Amino acid sequence: MSFELPKLSYAYDALEPYIDAQTMEIHHSKHHAAYTSKLNGAIEGSELEGKSIEELLANVSNHSTAVRNNGGGFYNHNLYWEIMAPGGASQPEGDLLKAINDSLGSVDKFKEAFANAAATRFGSGWAWLVKQGDSLVVSSTPNQDNPLMDVADVKGTPILGIDVWEHAYYLKYQNKRPDYIDAFWKVINWGEVAKRFKG
Amino acid sequence: MSFELPALPYAKSALEPYISEKTLDFHYGKHHQTYVNKLNDLVPGTKFENADLETIVKEAEGGIFNNGAQVWNHTFYFMQFSPDGCKEPKDKLKTAIEAEWKTVEDFKEAFSQAAATLFGSGWAWLVKDDAGKLSIVQTSNAANPMRDGLTPILTCDVWEHAYYLDKQNARPKYVEDFWKVLDWKVVSERF
Ligand SMILES: [Fe+2]
Ligand SMILES: [Fe+2]
Repeated sequence: MSFELPKLSYAYDALEPYIDAQTMEIHHSKHHAAYTSKLNGAIEGSELEGKSIEELLANVSNHSTAVRNNGGGFYNHNLYWEIMAPGGASQPEGDLLKAINDSLGSVDKFKEAFANAAATRFGSGWAWLVKQGDSLVVSSTPNQDNPLMDVADVKGTPILGIDVWEHAYYLKYQNKRPDYIDAFWKVINWGEVAKRFKG
Repeated sequence: MSFELPALPYAKSALEPYISEKTLDFHYGKHHQTYVNKLNDLVPGTKFENADLETIVKEAEGGIFNNGAQVWNHTFYFMQFSPDGCKEPKDKLKTAIEAEWKTVEDFKEAFSQAAATLFGSGWAWLVKDDAGKLSIVQTSNAANPMRDGLTPILTCDVWEHAYYLDKQNARPKYVEDFWKVLDWKVVSERF
């Protein structure tokens, strides 16, 4: 059984004006699709076939670079589409809010740390909100690495992530990555983030 | 010592349709300029305060390295283009390329492959070692082959910002068009 490119639960133009339809379409139907098919190509006929994506990532140091790059790309984009939604709840609530306050000081401090991690990741990569037991940390990873990987500096379960590869924002924001990060807050699906926090 | 953005030896529209004016507006006018500005912000008060750019590329770490190397890399990249440059390598450079890759076409194919497959942001390079032997290397992000004692001859920027406005995800198309604006005279002089 091979990995499949997920369908989005909203239209390509649903996140306008924060993320434009053209970016969404290319990002999903070209970039994410390429990671998915290359991941399938990398594991086809090997003993890795049939393993879950989480299993592959947990032992990624034992696998090929193609599994690391494309397995990460497959997983990360799945998460990215799900933690965004048009008109998502505007703020974290409940247990998630409490954990953010306890671990990171306040929602504002969390946002500042996350935006800073996203803005200062040099080159291509991701910034994350990571669950470690009951607490939360902010981190970033290069390229398509993520906190589920045994090679990550900060390990845990990612519950929110922002793609800061230039392909995620260049058509609309060009060199202004901080403007894209500002816009990202407007489309976060906090209900989905809370669900991932509960586990 | 303050670093400056060097002037381009051609108009920003000169590489159309292969590299658009809009791409150069951002790539040269914003990205390259920002690396220059950040480098100038970072070096005062450090041991690189009076260093030249090549020393920074060879010895610095962290933000000074990233911005310094990106200034060097982009200058090297932009200076090798021309709308009406020499379209093929000649003489000694041609001989040296054929010694490694049989034909210029085979070299172009190998270099294009290196540019297309570098994962994430970075650069593909044609470099020469101390003995004059040529090879192709890939580097990530700002990394530069001079760190490894190699002399760059030619480079292709494969950060997505270099081609996304013109080609989006189609990096191989960008690399194909890259050859059409490359001035081999500049490359020969470097060799
Ligand atoms: Fe992406
Ligand atoms: Fe660049």
